[in-house]
Amino acid sequence: METIIFYILSLVILVFSVLTVTTKKILRAAVYLLFVLGATAGIYFMFNYNFLAAVQLTVYAGGIVVLIIFSILLTHQINTDLDKINIKKIALGIISSGLGIFLVLSTLNNHHFEASNKQATDSTIHGIGRALLSYSDNGYILPFEVISVLLLATMIGAIIIAKKVEE
Amino acid sequence: MIEGISIHHILTVTTIMFFIGAYGFLTRKNLITMLMSIELVLNAVNINFVAFNKYLYPENMQGHFFSMFIIGIAAAEAAVAIAIIINIYRNIHSIDVEDIEQMKY
Amino acid sequence: MEFSYTIYIALIPFAVFVINGLFGSKIKESFTGYLGVAGMVVATYLSYFTAYHYFFKVGKAVDGAYQKVIGFNMEWLRFTESLHIDIGVLLDPISVMMLVVITTISLMVHIYSLGYMKGDKGYSRFFAFLSLFTFSMLGLVVATNIFQMYMFWELVGLSSYLLIAHYYQKPSAVAASKKAFIVTRFADLGFLIGILILSYLTGTFDFNILCNPEGPAFMQSSSAVFLGLSTMGWALILIFMGGAGKSAMFPFHIWLPDAMEGPTPVSALIHAATMVVAGVFLIARLFPIFAIVAPNALEVVAVIGGFSSIFAAVIACTQTDIKRILAFSTMSQIGYMMLALGVSGYGAEAGLGFMASMFHLFTHAMFKALLFLGAGAIIHAIHTNNLSEMGNLRKYMPIPHITFLIACLAISGIPPFAGFFSKDEILVAAYNHNQIYFWVEWIVAGLTAFYMFRLYFGIFWGKEKKYDHTPHDAPFSMTFPLIFLAIASAIVGFIPFSNFVTSDGLPFDIQMHWEIALPSIGIAIFGIIVAFVFYKKESDLPNRAVASFGSFYKYALNKFYFDELYLFVARKVIFKRFSSPIAWFDRHIIDATMDGVATITNYIALKIKGLQSGQLQQYASVFVSGVLLLIVIFIYLISV
Repeated sequence: METIIFYILSLVILVFSVLTVTTKKILRAAVYLLFVLGATAGIYFMFNYNFLAAVQLTVYAGGIVVLIIFSILLTHQINTDLDKINIKKIALGIISSGLGIFLVLSTLNNHHFEASNKQATDSTIHGIGRALLSYSDNGYILPFEVISVLLLATMIGAIIIAKKVEE
Repeated sequence: MIEGISIHHILTVTTIMFFIGAYGFLTRKNLITMLMSIELVLNAVNINFVAFNKYLYPENMQGHFFSMFIIGIAAAEAAVAIAIIINIYRNIHSIDVEDIEQMKY
Repeated sequence: MEFSYTIYIALIPFAVFVINGLFGSKIKESFTGYLGVAGMVVATYLSYFTAYHYFFKVGKAVDGAYQKVIGFNMEWLRFTESLHIDIGVLLDPISVMMLVVITTISLMVHIYSLGYMKGDKGYSRFFAFLSLFTFSMLGLVVATNIFQMYMFWELVGLSSYLLIAHYYQKPSAVAASKKAFIVTRFADLGFLIGILILSYLTGTFDFNILCNPEGPAFMQSSSAVFLGLSTMGWALILIFMGGAGKSAMFPFHIWLPDAMEGPTPVSALIHAATMVVAGVFLIARLFPIFAIVAPNALEVVAVIGGFSSIFAAVIACTQTDIKRILAFSTMSQIGYMMLALGVSGYGAEAGLGFMASMFHLFTHAMFKALLFLGAGAIIHAIHTNNLSEMGNLRKYMPIPHITFLIACLAISGIPPFAGFFSKDEILVAAYNHNQIYFWVEWIVAGLTAFYMFRLYFGIFWGKEKKYDHTPHDAPFSMTFPLIFLAIASAIVGFIPFSNFVTSDGLPFDIQMHWEIALPSIGIAIFGIIVAFVFYKKESDLPNRAVASFGSFYKYALNKFYFDELYLFVARKVIFKRFSSPIAWFDRHIIDATMDGVATITNYIALKIKGLQSGQLQQYASVFVSGVLLLIVIFIYLISV
């Protein structure tokens, strides 16, 4: 059962990823991206990382995609078809991507990963919250604080950059 | 751990997803679609982190937290990128990456 | 008695220069002139005060010799324990005498310029540079060490250059200033090398040590001999080369006649009374070394001086520009001074030549400044320099006439005017040393009297010429210096100079040598009579005399073609044989190499600048390709 779900999710991810980067309508691309992100959240669910999946859905699907759609609207791109891309560029992209896929996959297949049998740790919200605020080993208080400062800086920076300059 | 699925399966999917994102970044001319491509790349990496965490080191949650921080930073990056895109659009009435070439020789 | 105030004698003109130079265009024009005069009055008072105290109060040591007093000293640049350059004030008989001469003449010239330069466009600039010159000259004579002297020496050259080029719209003035600067600069090269050799040999710049040849500094000095002269002798000759350049001695004399392009007060101050005697002063300052260590070098000084004096005197007889006549006369008189130094020995009675040289420097400054200022008054009145356009001016300009006559008598050596006494001492010294020098100078004395009275009769007597407007007498600001200097020219000869300025500081008494004085008076009177016969009334006698001299006259008129010779050497030999090939090499080899490098760089840059396209995706493609390439290399090609 889980195997089938994983294959379905994988299929969704790959198909909509391809569509995201090839479709002519920009709004559709955003929607396809939304599907990819949703499927990714599904994979997190399958890993039993429920909190991460929830974050993926709220931040990515709910936040970033909405932000992208807003910017599409703000830059009046909603009805325009995207320009044709010249064939040389596509060829270059396909060659380098294909070569990359080939190289990485062949390397991966030659490598044997030692699966661990250890007991999984507590991945409930309670455990995550403790880990985030702990400053012992396996505690993440420092990056947590740093990223909070980063988000604040980003907020201010984004407002300053996008603000209309007074003439 | 997902029953019946080895780590190779997951890594295969994320590798393909990663290079689809890279392809989009190399070919798309519109800045917003390029941004979407970057999101694809980030997602592929996120899944990788989680998979490694789950399959190889389940006793710790490092991969999980790494993913979480990447999501946070991706949000920040998207916000700044979109602010820049809007500003560029306001200045040159285009968000075509090929029109942004003031930094050339 | 402290002498530290003497520093202000030099600093006051400098302050005036700064004020006039910086704010000359802001303040009222006439004020700049009065400021200059006021500054000079103070400086003159201070130097007279200094002279009084030095000569009559505190200068003498217990043994009766005049001491060298350091009035002020400041270490400026230290190289080693013993070798350092100072800035200071050194007072000894010659520097105090020079202080008096410079401030007096400079004050008179300042006052004179109030009238002479009135209405000139560069009025405040002129006064600024005049103050700069005075400052430099004062700094030169009070220098405590040879390096300070060299610095002020160059400053003097600079201010001379600036003042000659006062009428800078006139191409001839610009050319003259450049010529003066370059010729003296060339000579100064020798001076500098001489200083370096001298300080290398003795390890000091300080005059107090240098002028003590028995001192330790000279003990270990090298005895290497080159072309018959020791290293020290060559160093001194090189130093004399600098002095010859400033003092317009043969063969560096060519700049002096051209320097007359400057305003006449400048000629009086710089090119007659003060700057051109800097060379004499230099030799006098280093006289103990010359006299004791290298008498050969002193002989060179004498020969050059003697030759210059007769050479210039001959040329002066033929010139028609009155200022040029005076310029050649200056050169001739400085030749006298050089010769007197050259024939002098060291010590009281033996140092008669030294004392005579300084005496002549003193008197010459008075009457030559007077002659120039008088000539300036005439030029001011009739706007020409040319002797043939003058005549019978005595009834229009009585004061310049009388003063000019006094100056002519003084320079000709007629008693009781000043020139007689100093010239007599020189002739005595020359006679005692070598009779050839005496006879040369005796002839020069006659020539001097002749050309001076040719000038006098030509200007004030003879047939009246047509003038643009009736010549007017000079204003009081111009006649006052004339009268003052005329009185000075008449009486300064009675100063018992040997009681004050001697080679070793010990005063001595001199006697009148009538067996030498009478022939020199005789030939002077003879010269005057010849001039009287030739030029009192217009006649064809001069022309007949010219004809009898033939081509010699032509050579003299053209200053023996020395300008042409130098130009020939410079243009045809140095420029063509050395400078042009070097210039060609510079332009076609060195510059071409640099240009070639630049061109190649530029070419390559143009070819590869396309890489910097500004296209983000291009950069990304390259980046991705690079990463993939590295993967291929490290995983499949190397690690296997």
